Amino acid sequence: MTQLEDVVRLPAPRRVALGWAFFERQTNLWKRYWAWEVVWVVYGVVNTLAITFIAKEASHGGLIRPGEVSRLTLFLLIGTLTWAYLSAVLDDMSLVITWERWEGTIEHTFMTPVSRTIHLIGMSVFGVVHATIRTAVIMACALPFFDINFSHVNWTEVVAVIAIGSVSLVGLGILTGILPMLYPERGVQMSFMVQALVLLVSGVYYGIDVLPGWLQAASHLSPATFMLNGVRAAMLNGAGFGSEGRTLLILAIFGLVMVPSSLVVFAAAERWAKKTGRLKRQG
Amino acid sequence: MNSAIRRPSEVPDDQVPLDVRNVTKRFRRRGRGQSQPGPGGRRRTYHTAVHSVSFRMRPQEIYGVIGANGSGKSSLIRILSTLIIPDEGDVLIFGRDALRSPASVRPLLNRVSADPSFFRAMSALENLLFYGRAYGIAGPLVRRRSLDLLTRLGLEHEAKEPMTELSRGQQQKVAVARAFLTGPRLMLLDEPTTGLDPRSKRTVQSFISDVRRDGVAILLTTHDMEEADQLCDRLAFLAGGRIVAEGTSEELRAHVAGSTTRNADDVDMEDVFMAFTGRSIEEDEEEPESREELQNDTA
Ligand SMILES: Nc1ncnc2c1ncn2[C@@H]1O[C@H](COP(=O)(O)OP(=O)(O)OP(=O)(O)O)[C@@H](O)[C@H]1O
Ligand SMILES: [Mg+2]
Repeated sequence: MTQLEDVVRLPAPRRVALGWAFFERQTNLWKRYWAWEVVWVVYGVVNTLAITFIAKEASHGGLIRPGEVSRLTLFLLIGTLTWAYLSAVLDDMSLVITWERWEGTIEHTFMTPVSRTIHLIGMSVFGVVHATIRTAVIMACALPFFDINFSHVNWTEVVAVIAIGSVSLVGLGILTGILPMLYPERGVQMSFMVQALVLLVSGVYYGIDVLPGWLQAASHLSPATFMLNGVRAAMLNGAGFGSEGRTLLILAIFGLVMVPSSLVVFAAAERWAKKTGRLKRQG
Repeated sequence: MNSAIRRPSEVPDDQVPLDVRNVTKRFRRRGRGQSQPGPGGRRRTYHTAVHSVSFRMRPQEIYGVIGANGSGKSSLIRILSTLIIPDEGDVLIFGRDALRSPASVRPLLNRVSADPSFFRAMSALENLLFYGRAYGIAGPLVRRRSLDLLTRLGLEHEAKEPMTELSRGQQQKVAVARAFLTGPRLMLLDEPTTGLDPRSKRTVQSFISDVRRDGVAILLTTHDMEEADQLCDRLAFLAGGRIVAEGTSEELRAHVAGSTTRNADDVDMEDVFMAFTGRSIEEDEEEPESREELQNDTA
Protein backbone atom coordinates (compact mmCIF):
# COMPACT_ATOMS: atom_id res chain seq x y z
CA MET A 1 0.00 0.00 0.00
CA THR A 2 2.21 2.82 -1.21
CA GLN A 3 -0.61 5.29 -0.63
CA LEU A 4 -0.69 4.76 3.09
CA GLU A 5 3.10 5.00 3.21
CA ASP A 6 2.97 8.36 1.45
CA VAL A 7 0.49 9.61 4.00
CA VAL A 8 2.64 8.53 6.89
CA ARG A 9 5.75 10.15 5.40
CA LEU A 10 4.19 13.63 5.25
CA PRO A 11 4.51 15.81 8.34
CA ALA A 12 1.21 16.07 10.22
CA PRO A 13 0.46 19.75 9.51
CA ARG A 14 0.82 19.13 5.77
CA ARG A 15 -1.58 16.20 5.96
CA VAL A 16 -4.09 18.36 7.77
CA ALA A 17 -3.65 21.15 5.20
CA LEU A 18 -4.30 18.74 2.32
CA GLY A 19 -7.37 17.27 4.01
CA TRP A 20 -8.55 20.81 4.72
CA ALA A 21 -8.63 21.48 0.96
CA PHE A 22 -11.52 19.04 0.71
CA PHE A 23 -13.28 20.21 3.85
CA GLU A 24 -13.12 23.81 2.67
CA ARG A 25 -14.32 22.89 -0.81
CA GLN A 26 -17.32 21.02 0.56
CA THR A 27 -18.14 23.95 2.81
CA ASN A 28 -18.04 26.30 -0.18
CA LEU A 29 -20.28 23.96 -2.15
CA TRP A 30 -22.63 23.63 0.79
CA LYS A 31 -22.94 27.42 1.03
CA ARG A 32 -23.85 27.65 -2.65
CA TYR A 33 -26.37 24.85 -2.41
CA TRP A 34 -27.95 26.03 0.87
CA ALA A 35 -31.45 25.57 -0.59
CA TRP A 36 -30.83 21.84 -0.69
CA GLU A 37 -29.82 21.89 2.94
CA VAL A 38 -33.13 23.54 3.76
CA VAL A 39 -34.93 20.79 1.85
CA TRP A 40 -33.10 18.07 3.78
CA VAL A 41 -33.69 19.70 7.14
CA VAL A 42 -37.40 20.17 6.44
CA TYR A 43 -37.61 16.59 5.23
CA GLY A 44 -35.76 15.41 8.34
CA VAL A 45 -38.03 17.34 10.70
CA VAL A 46 -41.19 16.12 9.00
CA ASN A 47 -39.92 12.56 8.99
CA THR A 48 -39.01 12.77 12.67
CA LEU A 49 -42.43 14.13 13.59
CA ALA A 50 -44.32 11.68 11.40
CA ILE A 51 -42.63 8.70 12.99
CA THR A 52 -42.52 9.94 16.56
CA PHE A 53 -46.26 10.74 16.58
CA ILE A 54 -46.80 6.99 16.25
CA ALA A 55 -46.12 6.85 20.00
CA LYS A 56 -49.08 9.12 20.72
CA GLU A 57 -51.27 7.12 18.39
CA ALA A 58 -50.29 3.92 20.14
CA SER A 59 -51.43 5.34 23.46
CA HIS A 60 -54.68 6.78 22.01
CA GLY A 61 -55.47 3.47 20.38
CA GLY A 62 -54.87 1.69 23.67
CA LEU A 63 -51.92 -0.31 22.33
CA ILE A 64 -49.68 0.90 25.17
CA ARG A 65 -50.35 2.28 28.65
CA PRO A 66 -50.17 6.10 29.04
CA GLY A 67 -47.15 5.69 31.30
CA GLU A 68 -45.21 4.15 28.41
CA VAL A 69 -45.76 6.96 25.91
CA SER A 70 -42.71 8.93 26.93
CA ARG A 71 -40.48 5.87 26.58
CA LEU A 72 -41.84 4.89 23.16
CA THR A 73 -41.55 8.51 22.00
CA LEU A 74 -37.91 8.58 23.00
CA PHE A 75 -37.35 5.16 21.40
CA LEU A 76 -38.72 6.36 18.07
CA LEU A 77 -36.95 9.69 18.33
CA ILE A 78 -33.64 7.92 18.85
CA GLY A 79 -34.37 5.90 15.71
CA THR A 80 -35.23 8.84 13.47
CA LEU A 81 -32.40 11.05 14.65
CA THR A 82 -29.79 8.32 14.51
CA TRP A 83 -31.00 7.47 11.03
CA ALA A 84 -30.91 11.16 10.02
CA TYR A 85 -27.29 11.25 11.17
CA LEU A 86 -26.33 7.96 9.58
CA SER A 87 -27.90 8.68 6.23
CA ALA A 88 -26.37 12.17 6.14
CA VAL A 89 -22.89 10.69 6.55
CA LEU A 90 -23.54 7.94 4.00
CA ASP A 91 -25.07 10.41 1.52
CA ASP A 92 -22.08 12.70 1.68
CA MET A 93 -19.68 9.83 1.22
CA SER A 94 -21.62 8.28 -1.64
CA LEU A 95 -21.17 11.61 -3.45
CA VAL A 96 -17.36 11.47 -3.26
CA ILE A 97 -17.17 10.17 -6.82
CA THR A 98 -20.64 10.96 -8.11
CA TRP A 99 -20.49 14.67 -7.53
CA GLU A 100 -17.16 15.00 -9.32
CA ARG A 101 -18.53 13.01 -12.21
CA TRP A 102 -21.46 15.41 -12.53
CA GLU A 103 -19.12 18.36 -12.52
CA GLY A 104 -16.56 16.63 -14.71
CA THR A 105 -13.81 17.47 -12.22
CA ILE A 106 -12.91 13.92 -11.24
CA GLU A 107 -9.85 13.70 -13.48
CA HIS A 108 -8.46 16.97 -12.21
CA THR A 109 -8.98 15.95 -8.62
CA PHE A 110 -7.40 12.55 -9.18
CA MET A 111 -4.37 14.19 -10.78
CA THR A 112 -3.56 16.22 -7.67
CA PRO A 113 -0.78 14.84 -5.48
CA VAL A 114 -3.15 14.33 -2.54
CA SER A 115 -3.21 10.68 -1.55
CA ARG A 116 -6.61 9.04 -1.72
CA THR A 117 -6.43 8.36 2.01
CA ILE A 118 -6.17 12.04 2.87
CA HIS A 119 -8.78 12.90 0.24
CA LEU A 120 -11.28 10.44 1.72
CA ILE A 121 -10.52 11.35 5.31
CA GLY A 122 -11.02 15.05 4.50
CA MET A 123 -14.37 14.22 2.91
CA SER A 124 -15.35 12.04 5.88
CA VAL A 125 -14.57 14.71 8.44
CA PHE A 126 -16.77 17.09 6.49
CA GLY A 127 -19.50 14.43 6.28
CA VAL A 128 -19.45 13.86 10.04
CA VAL A 129 -19.50 17.57 10.89
CA HIS A 130 -22.21 18.22 8.31
CA ALA A 131 -24.34 15.34 9.62
CA THR A 132 -23.90 16.47 13.21
CA ILE A 133 -25.07 19.99 12.44
CA ARG A 134 -28.01 18.80 10.37
CA THR A 135 -29.13 16.31 13.00
CA ALA A 136 -28.84 18.89 15.78
CA VAL A 137 -31.04 21.29 13.81
CA ILE A 138 -33.61 18.58 13.13
CA MET A 139 -33.60 17.63 16.80
CA ALA A 140 -34.01 21.25 17.91
CA CYS A 141 -37.00 21.67 15.60
CA ALA A 142 -38.66 18.39 16.60
CA LEU A 143 -38.27 18.46 20.40
CA PRO A 144 -40.88 21.15 21.17
CA PHE A 145 -43.56 18.81 19.80
CA PHE A 146 -43.01 16.20 22.48
CA ASP A 147 -42.78 16.03 26.20
CA ILE A 148 -39.71 13.94 26.85
CA ASN A 149 -37.88 13.40 30.07
CA PHE A 150 -34.10 13.40 29.48
CA SER A 151 -33.16 13.31 33.15
CA HIS A 152 -31.78 9.76 33.12
CA VAL A 153 -29.84 10.06 29.85
CA ASN A 154 -26.11 9.40 30.07
CA TRP A 155 -24.92 12.00 27.55
CA THR A 156 -21.22 11.14 27.77
CA GLU A 157 -22.05 7.60 26.73
CA VAL A 158 -24.25 8.86 23.88
CA VAL A 159 -21.44 11.03 22.53
CA ALA A 160 -18.93 8.19 22.92
CA VAL A 161 -21.11 5.74 21.00
CA ILE A 162 -21.76 8.20 18.18
CA ALA A 163 -18.13 9.31 17.96
CA ILE A 164 -16.72 5.78 17.89
CA GLY A 165 -19.54 4.49 15.70
CA SER A 166 -18.94 7.27 13.17
CA VAL A 167 -15.54 5.84 12.35
CA SER A 168 -17.05 2.60 11.09
CA LEU A 169 -19.80 4.59 9.40
CA VAL A 170 -17.10 6.40 7.44
CA GLY A 171 -15.74 3.01 6.38
CA LEU A 172 -19.17 1.99 5.18
CA GLY A 173 -19.55 5.35 3.42
CA ILE A 174 -16.25 4.90 1.57
CA LEU A 175 -17.37 1.46 0.45
CA THR A 176 -20.66 2.75 -0.96
CA GLY A 177 -18.80 5.66 -2.55
CA ILE A 178 -16.85 3.16 -4.63
CA LEU A 179 -19.93 1.89 -6.45
CA PRO A 180 -20.32 4.96 -8.68
CA MET A 181 -16.68 4.60 -9.71
CA LEU A 182 -17.25 1.03 -10.87
CA TYR A 183 -20.69 1.62 -12.36
CA PRO A 184 -20.89 5.12 -13.80
CA GLU A 185 -24.55 4.74 -14.72
CA ARG A 186 -26.06 2.67 -11.92
CA GLY A 187 -23.65 3.30 -9.06
CA VAL A 188 -25.74 5.95 -7.32
CA GLN A 189 -28.85 3.79 -7.30
CA MET A 190 -26.76 0.94 -5.91
CA SER A 191 -25.48 3.03 -3.03
CA PHE A 192 -29.07 4.00 -2.19
CA MET A 193 -29.93 0.32 -2.06
CA VAL A 194 -27.09 -0.34 0.34
CA GLN A 195 -28.48 2.43 2.56
CA ALA A 196 -31.96 0.93 2.42
CA LEU A 197 -30.56 -2.45 3.47
CA VAL A 198 -28.70 -0.88 6.38
CA LEU A 199 -31.97 0.75 7.43
CA LEU A 200 -33.77 -2.58 7.41
CA VAL A 201 -31.23 -4.79 9.16
CA SER A 202 -29.96 -2.33 11.76
CA GLY A 203 -33.26 -2.10 13.61
CA VAL A 204 -33.72 1.64 13.44
CA TYR A 205 -37.36 1.66 14.58
CA TYR A 206 -37.41 -1.73 16.32
CA GLY A 207 -35.06 -4.04 18.15
CA ILE A 208 -33.42 -6.50 15.76
CA ASP A 209 -34.93 -9.43 17.69
CA VAL A 210 -38.21 -8.83 15.82
CA LEU A 211 -36.46 -9.68 12.54
CA PRO A 212 -36.43 -13.19 11.06
CA GLY A 213 -33.31 -15.13 12.01
CA TRP A 214 -31.51 -14.82 8.69
CA LEU A 215 -31.93 -11.04 8.71
CA GLN A 216 -30.67 -10.90 12.29
CA ALA A 217 -27.47 -12.52 11.07
CA ALA A 218 -27.06 -9.62 8.64
CA SER A 219 -27.79 -7.16 11.47
CA HIS A 220 -24.57 -8.13 13.16
CA LEU A 221 -22.60 -7.07 10.09
CA SER A 222 -23.93 -3.52 10.29
CA PRO A 223 -22.16 -1.18 12.69
CA ALA A 224 -25.40 0.83 12.80
CA THR A 225 -27.00 -1.98 14.80
CA PHE A 226 -24.46 -1.52 17.58
CA MET A 227 -24.64 2.25 17.40
CA LEU A 228 -28.39 2.12 17.90
CA ASN A 229 -28.04 -0.37 20.75
CA GLY A 230 -25.51 1.84 22.46
CA VAL A 231 -27.51 5.05 22.04
CA ARG A 232 -30.68 3.35 23.27
CA ALA A 233 -29.01 1.88 26.31
CA ALA A 234 -27.53 5.27 27.21
CA MET A 235 -30.68 7.28 26.56
CA LEU A 236 -33.42 4.95 27.72
CA ASN A 237 -31.64 3.26 30.60
CA GLY A 238 -28.84 5.68 31.37
CA ALA A 239 -26.29 2.95 30.79
CA GLY A 240 -22.64 4.00 31.08
CA PHE A 241 -19.23 2.76 29.99
CA GLY A 242 -19.37 -0.01 32.53
CA SER A 243 -22.35 -1.86 31.10
CA GLU A 244 -21.94 -0.64 27.53
CA GLY A 245 -18.20 -1.16 27.28
CA ARG A 246 -18.79 -4.17 25.07
CA THR A 247 -20.79 -2.12 22.53
CA LEU A 248 -18.06 0.49 22.42
CA LEU A 249 -15.43 -2.19 21.95
CA ILE A 250 -17.38 -3.77 19.08
CA LEU A 251 -17.83 -0.39 17.43
CA ALA A 252 -14.12 0.34 17.82
CA ILE A 253 -13.26 -2.99 16.19
CA PHE A 254 -15.68 -2.26 13.34
CA GLY A 255 -13.95 1.06 12.78
CA LEU A 256 -10.45 -0.39 12.97
CA VAL A 257 -11.33 -3.03 10.41
CA MET A 258 -13.64 -1.12 8.10
CA VAL A 259 -11.71 2.10 7.53
CA PRO A 260 -8.42 0.53 6.39
CA SER A 261 -10.17 -2.17 4.39
CA SER A 262 -12.46 0.32 2.67
CA LEU A 263 -9.37 2.37 1.73
CA VAL A 264 -7.72 -0.72 0.29
CA VAL A 265 -10.85 -1.62 -1.69
CA PHE A 266 -11.14 1.97 -2.90
CA ALA A 267 -7.55 1.92 -4.12
CA ALA A 268 -8.15 -1.36 -5.96
CA ALA A 269 -11.34 0.00 -7.54
CA GLU A 270 -9.51 3.15 -8.59
CA ARG A 271 -6.79 1.11 -10.22
CA TRP A 272 -9.35 -0.94 -12.07
CA ALA A 273 -11.15 2.21 -13.23
CA LYS A 274 -7.86 3.55 -14.53
CA LYS A 275 -7.15 0.34 -16.38
CA THR A 276 -10.54 0.21 -18.05
CA GLY A 277 -10.76 3.95 -18.72
CA ARG A 278 -13.83 4.38 -16.57
CA LEU A 279 -12.75 7.41 -14.59
CA LYS A 280 -14.24 9.66 -17.18
CA ARG A 281 -15.06 9.40 -20.84
CA GLN A 282 -15.12 12.69 -22.69
CA GLY A 283 -12.97 14.89 -24.94
CA MET B 1 5.33 35.61 -14.62
CA ASN B 2 7.95 34.26 -12.25
CA SER B 3 5.88 35.29 -9.27
CA ALA B 4 3.03 33.09 -10.46
CA ILE B 5 5.08 30.01 -11.12
CA ARG B 6 6.48 27.80 -8.43
CA ARG B 7 9.11 25.39 -9.59
CA PRO B 8 9.69 22.25 -7.62
CA SER B 9 13.44 22.57 -7.26
CA GLU B 10 14.19 18.85 -7.02
CA VAL B 11 14.14 18.54 -10.81
CA PRO B 12 17.24 19.68 -12.71
CA ASP B 13 16.56 21.89 -15.73
CA ASP B 14 18.45 19.72 -18.21
CA GLN B 15 16.65 16.46 -17.42
CA VAL B 16 14.45 14.84 -20.06
CA PRO B 17 10.93 15.97 -19.13
CA LEU B 18 9.11 13.10 -20.77
CA ASP B 19 10.23 9.78 -22.12
CA VAL B 20 7.47 7.56 -23.52
CA ARG B 21 8.48 4.04 -24.47
CA ASN B 22 6.29 1.66 -26.44
CA VAL B 23 3.06 2.63 -24.78
CA THR B 24 -0.03 0.71 -25.85
CA LYS B 25 -3.57 1.01 -24.57
CA ARG B 26 -6.54 -1.08 -25.65
CA PHE B 27 -10.11 -0.40 -24.63
CA ARG B 28 -12.92 -2.89 -24.61
CA ARG B 29 -15.50 -2.11 -27.21
CA ARG B 30 -19.03 -3.19 -27.88
CA GLY B 31 -19.00 -2.64 -31.62
CA ARG B 32 -16.24 -2.53 -34.20
CA GLY B 33 -12.65 -3.26 -33.26
CA GLN B 34 -9.96 -5.88 -33.14
CA SER B 35 -10.98 -9.21 -31.76
CA GLN B 36 -8.50 -10.64 -29.33
CA PRO B 37 -8.56 -13.35 -26.74
CA GLY B 38 -9.34 -11.61 -23.48
CA PRO B 39 -8.54 -12.81 -19.97
CA GLY B 40 -9.68 -16.37 -19.41
CA GLY B 41 -9.53 -17.18 -23.10
CA ARG B 42 -12.82 -15.42 -23.79
CA ARG B 43 -12.97 -13.53 -27.05
CA ARG B 44 -13.62 -9.86 -26.64
CA THR B 45 -13.58 -6.89 -28.93
CA TYR B 46 -10.81 -4.41 -28.29
CA HIS B 47 -9.94 -1.09 -29.77
CA THR B 48 -6.33 0.02 -29.69
CA ALA B 49 -6.43 3.71 -28.80
CA VAL B 50 -2.67 4.10 -28.36
CA HIS B 51 -0.39 1.79 -30.31
CA SER B 52 3.31 1.33 -29.41
CA VAL B 53 3.90 5.04 -29.00
CA SER B 54 7.45 6.13 -28.23
CA PHE B 55 8.91 9.61 -28.14
CA ARG B 56 11.15 11.73 -25.98
CA MET B 57 10.71 15.38 -25.22
CA ARG B 58 13.61 17.76 -24.79
CA PRO B 59 13.99 20.13 -21.88
CA GLN B 60 11.71 23.17 -22.18
CA GLU B 61 10.36 21.98 -25.47
CA ILE B 62 6.85 22.54 -26.80
CA TYR B 63 5.97 19.23 -28.37
CA GLY B 64 2.86 19.06 -30.51
CA VAL B 65 0.74 15.95 -30.92
CA ILE B 66 -1.47 16.24 -33.96
CA GLY B 67 -4.06 13.84 -35.27
CA ALA B 68 -7.60 13.38 -36.50
CA ASN B 69 -10.53 12.96 -34.11
CA GLY B 70 -10.23 9.65 -32.32
CA SER B 71 -6.55 9.17 -33.18
CA GLY B 72 -5.65 8.73 -29.51
CA LYS B 73 -4.34 12.15 -28.45
CA SER B 74 -6.48 12.50 -25.35
CA SER B 75 -5.92 8.88 -24.40
CA LEU B 76 -2.18 9.45 -24.58
CA ILE B 77 -2.49 12.57 -22.42
CA ARG B 78 -4.59 10.67 -19.88
CA ILE B 79 -1.91 8.00 -19.67
CA LEU B 80 0.74 10.66 -19.02
CA SER B 81 -1.56 12.26 -16.43
CA THR B 82 -1.68 8.98 -14.43
CA LEU B 83 -5.43 8.72 -15.15
CA ILE B 84 -5.27 5.72 -17.44
CA ILE B 85 -2.97 2.78 -16.85
CA PRO B 86 -1.60 1.49 -20.18
CA ASP B 87 -1.38 -2.19 -21.05
CA GLU B 88 2.23 -1.99 -22.13
CA GLY B 89 5.14 0.40 -22.10
CA ASP B 90 6.89 2.84 -19.82
CA VAL B 91 6.46 6.50 -19.04
CA LEU B 92 9.27 8.43 -17.41
CA ILE B 93 8.63 11.98 -16.29
CA PHE B 94 11.85 13.76 -15.29
CA GLY B 95 13.29 10.31 -14.83
CA ARG B 96 10.55 9.19 -12.46
CA ASP B 97 8.45 6.17 -13.28
CA ALA B 98 4.93 7.51 -13.84
CA LEU B 99 3.33 4.07 -14.02
CA ARG B 100 4.92 2.41 -11.01
CA SER B 101 4.99 5.43 -8.73
CA PRO B 102 2.40 7.90 -10.02
CA ALA B 103 2.50 9.83 -6.75
CA SER B 104 6.09 10.84 -7.46
CA VAL B 105 5.25 12.57 -10.75
CA ARG B 106 1.95 14.23 -9.89
CA PRO B 107 3.49 17.32 -8.26
CA LEU B 108 5.41 17.93 -11.50
CA LEU B 109 2.38 17.76 -13.78
CA ASN B 110 -0.73 19.61 -14.65
CA ARG B 111 -3.14 19.54 -17.51
CA VAL B 112 -5.70 21.54 -19.41
CA SER B 113 -8.35 19.40 -21.03
CA ALA B 114 -10.56 20.18 -23.97
CA ASP B 115 -13.55 20.81 -21.75
CA PRO B 116 -13.02 23.09 -18.77
CA SER B 117 -14.46 21.20 -15.80
CA PHE B 118 -15.08 22.97 -12.54
CA PHE B 119 -17.34 22.93 -9.53
CA ARG B 120 -19.91 25.04 -11.30
CA ALA B 121 -21.58 26.67 -8.33
CA MET B 122 -18.27 27.82 -6.89
CA SER B 123 -16.42 30.89 -8.11
CA ALA B 124 -13.24 30.74 -10.16
CA LEU B 125 -11.29 31.79 -7.10
CA GLU B 126 -12.84 29.10 -4.90
CA ASN B 127 -12.09 26.47 -7.52
CA LEU B 128 -8.49 27.63 -7.81
CA LEU B 129 -8.21 27.74 -4.03
CA PHE B 130 -9.19 24.10 -3.81
CA TYR B 131 -6.82 22.93 -6.53
CA GLY B 132 -3.96 25.06 -5.23
CA ARG B 133 -4.36 23.66 -1.73
CA ALA B 134 -4.58 20.13 -3.09
CA TYR B 135 -1.06 20.66 -4.47
CA GLY B 136 0.08 21.67 -1.01
CA ILE B 137 0.26 25.43 -1.56
CA ALA B 138 -0.83 27.63 1.35
CA GLY B 139 -4.18 29.42 1.01
CA PRO B 140 -3.00 33.06 0.98
CA LEU B 141 -0.36 32.23 -1.63
CA VAL B 142 -2.93 30.44 -3.79
CA ARG B 143 -5.19 33.47 -3.63
CA ARG B 144 -2.42 35.84 -4.60
CA ARG B 145 -1.23 33.69 -7.50
CA SER B 146 -4.77 33.03 -8.68
CA LEU B 147 -5.61 36.71 -8.89
CA ASP B 148 -2.33 37.35 -10.66
CA LEU B 149 -3.01 34.61 -13.24
CA LEU B 150 -6.65 35.57 -13.75
CA THR B 151 -5.61 39.18 -14.30
CA ARG B 152 -3.02 38.16 -16.87
CA LEU B 153 -5.73 36.24 -18.67
CA GLY B 154 -8.12 39.20 -18.53
CA LEU B 155 -10.52 37.72 -15.98
CA GLU B 156 -9.95 39.92 -12.94
CA HIS B 157 -13.62 40.96 -12.85
CA GLU B 158 -14.97 37.44 -13.09
CA ALA B 159 -12.83 35.94 -10.32
CA LYS B 160 -15.62 35.88 -7.76
CA GLU B 161 -18.51 34.98 -10.04
CA PRO B 162 -19.85 31.43 -9.95
CA MET B 163 -18.40 29.43 -12.84
CA THR B 164 -21.88 29.06 -14.35
CA GLU B 165 -21.89 32.80 -15.04
CA LEU B 166 -18.76 32.55 -17.19
CA SER B 167 -18.77 31.82 -20.91
CA ARG B 168 -17.13 28.65 -22.16
CA GLY B 169 -14.10 30.56 -23.36
CA GLN B 170 -13.75 32.32 -20.02
CA GLN B 171 -13.99 28.98 -18.26
CA GLN B 172 -11.27 27.64 -20.53
CA LYS B 173 -9.02 30.49 -19.42
CA VAL B 174 -9.71 29.66 -15.78
CA ALA B 175 -8.68 26.11 -16.66
CA VAL B 176 -5.40 27.48 -18.00
CA ALA B 177 -4.96 29.43 -14.76
CA ARG B 178 -5.68 26.30 -12.71
CA ALA B 179 -3.05 24.35 -14.59
CA PHE B 180 -0.29 26.94 -14.23
CA LEU B 181 -1.18 27.83 -10.66
CA THR B 182 0.70 24.84 -9.28
CA GLY B 183 3.97 25.56 -11.07
CA PRO B 184 4.13 22.35 -13.12
CA ARG B 185 7.36 21.32 -14.87
CA LEU B 186 5.54 19.32 -17.52
CA MET B 187 2.31 20.77 -18.80
CA LEU B 188 -0.15 18.67 -20.77
CA LEU B 189 -2.40 20.84 -22.91
CA ASP B 190 -5.23 19.01 -24.65
CA GLU B 191 -6.74 21.47 -27.14
CA PRO B 192 -6.32 24.43 -24.78
CA THR B 193 -7.50 27.01 -27.34
CA THR B 194 -10.52 25.18 -28.76
CA GLY B 195 -13.57 27.41 -28.48
CA LEU B 196 -11.69 30.61 -27.78
CA ASP B 197 -12.25 33.79 -29.79
CA PRO B 198 -9.24 35.02 -31.79
CA ARG B 199 -8.12 37.50 -29.17
CA SER B 200 -8.46 35.06 -26.27
CA LYS B 201 -6.63 32.50 -28.36
CA ARG B 202 -3.75 34.96 -28.76
CA THR B 203 -3.74 35.65 -25.03
CA VAL B 204 -3.51 31.96 -24.20
CA GLN B 205 -0.93 31.29 -26.90
CA SER B 206 1.36 34.08 -25.76
CA PHE B 207 0.84 32.86 -22.22
CA ILE B 208 2.05 29.43 -23.30
CA SER B 209 5.19 30.78 -24.98
CA ASP B 210 5.86 32.89 -21.90
CA VAL B 211 5.83 30.02 -19.47
CA ARG B 212 8.05 27.96 -21.71
CA ARG B 213 10.67 30.64 -21.15
CA ASP B 214 10.34 29.85 -17.44
CA GLY B 215 11.51 26.33 -18.11
CA VAL B 216 8.23 24.43 -18.41
CA ALA B 217 8.07 21.63 -20.95
CA ILE B 218 4.76 21.52 -22.77
CA LEU B 219 2.97 18.78 -24.62
CA LEU B 220 0.23 20.28 -26.74
CA THR B 221 -2.55 18.83 -28.84
CA THR B 222 -4.47 21.03 -31.21
CA HIS B 223 -6.56 20.94 -34.34
CA ASP B 224 -5.31 24.39 -35.28
CA MET B 225 -2.43 23.82 -37.71
CA GLU B 226 -1.29 27.42 -37.56
CA GLU B 227 -1.06 27.20 -33.79
CA ALA B 228 0.90 23.97 -34.07
CA ASP B 229 3.27 25.54 -36.55
CA GLN B 230 3.85 28.66 -34.50
CA LEU B 231 4.05 27.26 -31.00
CA CYS B 232 5.60 23.83 -31.31
CA ASP B 233 9.27 23.05 -31.61
CA ARG B 234 8.51 19.58 -32.90
CA LEU B 235 5.37 17.79 -33.96
CA ALA B 236 4.26 14.18 -33.87
CA PHE B 237 1.41 12.98 -36.06
CA LEU B 238 -0.83 10.34 -34.58
CA ALA B 239 -3.03 8.12 -36.73
CA GLY B 240 -4.90 5.15 -35.40
CA GLY B 241 -2.98 5.46 -32.14
CA ARG B 242 0.44 5.24 -33.81
CA ILE B 243 3.00 7.95 -34.38
CA VAL B 244 3.30 8.12 -38.16
CA ALA B 245 5.67 11.10 -38.39
CA GLU B 246 7.77 13.26 -36.10
CA GLY B 247 9.86 16.35 -36.73
CA THR B 248 9.95 20.13 -36.94
CA SER B 249 7.31 21.69 -39.14
CA GLU B 250 10.01 22.45 -41.76
CA GLU B 251 11.15 18.86 -41.81
CA LEU B 252 7.59 17.59 -42.11
CA ARG B 253 6.75 20.05 -44.88
CA ALA B 254 9.89 19.08 -46.75
CA HIS B 255 9.01 15.43 -46.36
CA VAL B 256 5.51 15.94 -47.75
CA ALA B 257 6.88 18.11 -50.54
CA GLY B 258 9.36 15.40 -51.42
CA SER B 259 6.74 12.69 -51.65
CA THR B 260 4.43 14.80 -53.81
CA THR B 261 7.06 16.52 -55.94
CA ARG B 262 5.83 19.92 -54.77
CA ASN B 263 7.90 22.84 -53.58
CA ALA B 264 8.31 22.85 -49.80
CA ASP B 265 7.20 26.50 -49.68
CA ASP B 266 3.87 25.61 -51.27
CA VAL B 267 3.12 22.95 -48.70
CA ASP B 268 1.30 24.27 -45.62
CA MET B 269 0.60 22.49 -42.36
CA GLU B 270 -2.90 21.50 -43.45
CA ASP B 271 -1.35 19.66 -46.38
CA VAL B 272 0.97 17.96 -43.94
CA PHE B 273 -2.01 17.00 -41.79
CA MET B 274 -3.84 15.54 -44.78
CA ALA B 275 -0.76 13.70 -45.91
CA PHE B 276 -0.05 12.06 -42.57
CA THR B 277 -3.54 11.45 -41.24
CA GLY B 278 -5.75 11.11 -44.31
CA ARG B 279 -4.25 7.95 -45.70
CA SER B 280 -3.64 6.42 -42.34
CA ILE B 281 -7.24 6.73 -41.25
CA GLU B 282 -8.34 4.41 -44.02
CA GLU B 283 -5.41 2.18 -43.32
CA ASP B 284 -6.37 2.10 -39.66
CA GLU B 285 -9.99 1.38 -40.24
CA GLU B 286 -9.57 -1.45 -42.69
CA GLU B 287 -6.21 -3.06 -43.22
CA PRO B 288 -4.52 -3.40 -39.83
CA GLU B 289 -7.65 -4.53 -38.09
CA SER B 290 -8.45 -7.29 -40.51
CA ARG B 291 -4.80 -8.19 -40.69
CA GLU B 292 -4.43 -8.50 -36.93
CA GLU B 293 -7.66 -10.36 -36.69
CA LEU B 294 -6.32 -12.92 -39.15
CA GLN B 295 -3.11 -13.32 -37.19
CA ASN B 296 -4.99 -13.72 -33.96
CA ASP B 297 -7.42 -16.19 -35.38
CA THR B 298 -4.70 -18.42 -36.75
CA ALA B 299 -2.57 -18.11 -33.61
N1 LIG C 1 -12.09 5.35 -21.66
C1 LIG C 1 -12.29 4.84 -22.87
N2 LIG C 1 -13.02 3.71 -23.04
C2 LIG C 1 -13.22 3.21 -24.27
N3 LIG C 1 -12.73 3.74 -25.40
C3 LIG C 1 -12.00 4.86 -25.31
C4 LIG C 1 -11.74 5.46 -24.06
N4 LIG C 1 -11.00 6.57 -24.26
C5 LIG C 1 -10.80 6.64 -25.59
N5 LIG C 1 -11.39 5.62 -26.23
C6 LIG C 1 -11.36 5.38 -27.68
O1 LIG C 1 -10.03 5.56 -28.11
C7 LIG C 1 -9.98 6.27 -29.33
C8 LIG C 1 -9.12 7.50 -29.19
O2 LIG C 1 -9.82 8.46 -28.40
P1 LIG C 1 -9.17 9.83 -27.95
O3 LIG C 1 -10.14 10.52 -27.10
O4 LIG C 1 -7.84 9.54 -27.40
O5 LIG C 1 -9.01 10.58 -29.35
P2 LIG C 1 -8.54 12.07 -29.66
O6 LIG C 1 -7.38 11.96 -30.58
O7 LIG C 1 -8.32 12.82 -28.42
O8 LIG C 1 -9.77 12.65 -30.46
P3 LIG C 1 -10.36 14.16 -30.51
O9 LIG C 1 -9.56 14.89 -31.52
O10 LIG C 1 -11.74 13.96 -30.99
O11 LIG C 1 -10.30 14.72 -29.15
C9 LIG C 1 -11.41 6.57 -29.71
O12 LIG C 1 -11.81 5.62 -30.67
C10 LIG C 1 -12.18 6.39 -28.44
O13 LIG C 1 -13.47 5.91 -28.67
MG1 LIG D 1 -9.23 14.53 -27.52
